[in-house]
Amino acid sequence: MTLTKQQEGSNLTVFAEGRLDTTTAPQLDELLKTSLDGVTQLTLDFSRLAYVSSAGLRVILSTQKLMSKKGKLVVRNVQEAVRDVFEVTGFSNILTIE
Amino acid sequence: MKEMSLPAKTENLQTVIDFVTDELESFACPLKARLQIELAVEEIFVNIARYAYRPEVGEATVRCAVDKEPLQVVIQFLDQGKPYNPLTKKDADTSLPAEEREIGGLGILLVKKSMDSIDYEYQDGKNILTIKKNA
Repeated sequence: MTLTKQQEGSNLTVFAEGRLDTTTAPQLDELLKTSLDGVTQLTLDFSRLAYVSSAGLRVILSTQKLMSKKGKLVVRNVQEAVRDVFEVTGFSNILTIE
Repeated sequence: MKEMSLPAKTENLQTVIDFVTDELESFACPLKARLQIELAVEEIFVNIARYAYRPEVGEATVRCAVDKEPLQVVIQFLDQGKPYNPLTKKDADTSLPAEEREIGGLGILLVKKSMDSIDYEYQDGKNILTIKKNA
């Protein structure tokens, strides 16, 4: 998985490309842990994310919980396979998806 | 059925995925079904790796067969760890708000939602989980 950060003031966008699975989820977790100081709006751009498993959902859920205390999390450009996983797990109801 | 055995460690996940996708290679398996199969394989194998032999590491066997016309993929996972039937686990409540959500149970829920059938049996000291997908 390739992760790219783009920061403008307190807005951080993270582009995740590839697969968010058991092997790669710790990378996203680590990057977010060290990047969210002072961030009030976090955007996860999934336009090039092809796959997510429960390991990825775990990171997304803990990030959602954290950001709801200090601002907002937006998930955008979700592709079909990832959208299906969000649907069946009810994540589409708890995330702000654009 | 083709078969491979390997240490049940999460580091071996890609090897297991590759084993299954190689089997699918020569069939016209739609991308969506392929991703669903990969998802089920990941969730089940990682579960075995994390819990079956904890705190030891044991062996897992993965078997895969593909039937043509209509295309059906059958995958079996065998381990000799603690007897565990994932189908008896209560499904995660997908209607709860984020604050009350827990992550446990989502893996097996994803397996149930992406496969056409899942069967569990315990035989000769082995957990045997069989998943089927009509692709």
